[in-house]
Amino acid sequence: MRRVLIWVAVAAIVLFCLFPFYWLINTSLKTGADLSTASLLPPSPTLDNYTSIFEDAAFTKALRNSAIVAGSVTVLSLLIGSFAGYALARLHLPFKFLILAILLSISTFPPIAIAAPVFEIWTDIGIYNTYIGLILPSLAFGLPLTVYILASFFRDIPRELEEAALIDGATRFQAFRKIIVPLGAPGVVTAGLLVFIFAWNEFLFAITLTSTPDRRPVPAAIAFFTGSQQFEIPLGTISAASVVVTVPLIALVLIFQRRIVAGLTAGAVKG
Amino acid sequence: MEAKSESERLRPPRQRSLFREERRLGATMIAPSLAVIALVAAYPICYAIWLSLNEYSVITPGLSRFVGLDNYIDALSSSDFWGAWVTTIVFTAVSVSLELVIGLAMALVMHQAFRGRALLRAVVLVPWAILTVVTAITWRTIFEPELGFANTMLDALSLPGADVVWLGEEGYALAVMILADVWKTAPFMALLLLAGLQGIPDELHDAAKVDGASTWQRFRSITLPLLVPAITVALIFRSLDALRIFDLPYILTRGANGTETLSLIAQEELVTNRNTGFGSALAVLTFLTVMGISFLYIRFMGGNIRALTQEEGGR
Repeated sequence: MRRVLIWVAVAAIVLFCLFPFYWLINTSLKTGADLSTASLLPPSPTLDNYTSIFEDAAFTKALRNSAIVAGSVTVLSLLIGSFAGYALARLHLPFKFLILAILLSISTFPPIAIAAPVFEIWTDIGIYNTYIGLILPSLAFGLPLTVYILASFFRDIPRELEEAALIDGATRFQAFRKIIVPLGAPGVVTAGLLVFIFAWNEFLFAITLTSTPDRRPVPAAIAFFTGSQQFEIPLGTISAASVVVTVPLIALVLIFQRRIVAGLTAGAVKG
Repeated sequence: MEAKSESERLRPPRQRSLFREERRLGATMIAPSLAVIALVAAYPICYAIWLSLNEYSVITPGLSRFVGLDNYIDALSSSDFWGAWVTTIVFTAVSVSLELVIGLAMALVMHQAFRGRALLRAVVLVPWAILTVVTAITWRTIFEPELGFANTMLDALSLPGADVVWLGEEGYALAVMILADVWKTAPFMALLLLAGLQGIPDELHDAAKVDGASTWQRFRSITLPLLVPAITVALIFRSLDALRIFDLPYILTRGANGTETLSLIAQEELVTNRNTGFGSALAVLTFLTVMGISFLYIRFMGGNIRALTQEEGGR
């Protein structure tokens, strides 16, 4: 009886989590004519929608833009964030509590609050509609997450290993580079994944700080897809584009499931 | 590493200078992070407050005049602002409550022992990994009038609502938006709560079982109270996230039919209407709303947060 109940609950969860995405895939495989039938399987499956989005320069460009922006944000947050994470986890630091509080409050900050000034400043200094202009705001919001996760992973590395290196004459920075970073590698991977997903997902700055298709990241490009034809939405192609940008993320999540769960709970439950 | 002479290595460490050195290294290592945050988050928020106190000419770029609190008075006396404010609060309250209930149910199921538990945990991460923009498109295809899944299903089962234009009607549009948000984030809630559940020692349940407590009694008097810290953190994270919701209504409806949220209305004023002063006032009011609600959380659930930060500092 209990077993049956569990399996019913599991089936319900799986259906709840996967069905909507299945419906999107289903829509993306339909021909233009079949879109008006709401059948659960595409009556005559076709990859036409997929070929047409890959022929669309705006879409392939957007994929490249997103890869550049999200990739840079990830590398920079790991680099800068690992220093801060180490300092918070291991070093005597003045105002440690204040720094933690600032980091936490930034991560709960509504991005819209800085959209206008950032737009003005970027225009003034000439980085509006550039990669760097997109990277910086995502970096500011991605950093607190990175620092929290890394600090919590670094804290779990036994102090003795580091102390042994210090006794052998290593400087603190050498100990950080040669001991903490390699041993904290799982944490670095976790933080990197979460920041990459966050930056890939970022939308407000993506549409506010770009003006041309050759700088627009994926979410903004998809929004322009839907926006241009309010009344006759190219449902098939949008669905195909949505599937294409989602599949790599789902693959990452499935491969690194354990790491991601560890990171989410480290960032939230411990932080 | 270069070899050091025996005498050098044996010398007792000079505690004080080492301590000072460590503080200096700490400050240097944290500086880049703080610099990025100061330049890209802290300075702009101050600048936003300044922008909100001015009126900007739409015709001549760069022309502006100081108007004090006029933009705020305009905002606070406009029904658009209050409409967006109420929508945002209702959206947050309803979706976060549903997420808590559904997330807790999911966490309790995932905490059971059964084959394929790891697989279920991976499946649950799928909605979380899907871009919010794509989530919005997914739910738009489901609620597409007539040819979407929802209307067809309702029609096939001859249930009421088959001819409702879900995203085209006030109330229903907000319901779809809430449903989409719950779908995307309840699994995240579930994983946070699952981590909390795993921290509850089995012995407690075993002892209660020996004493003859029912499943419900054990849930009420052991699981729930011990889960409070995890629930608090999950609620805060999710509420603050829901209050700044932007991408979901932008793609679903562009804010039509009662789905205009604070972030959306501010972004429209700033970007679409180029209304820098008024838009900034709306953005600052959004910021204040979020800060106000974090303050309420800290005020009423502060004990738990303090316990967490103490644990953080103590380790």
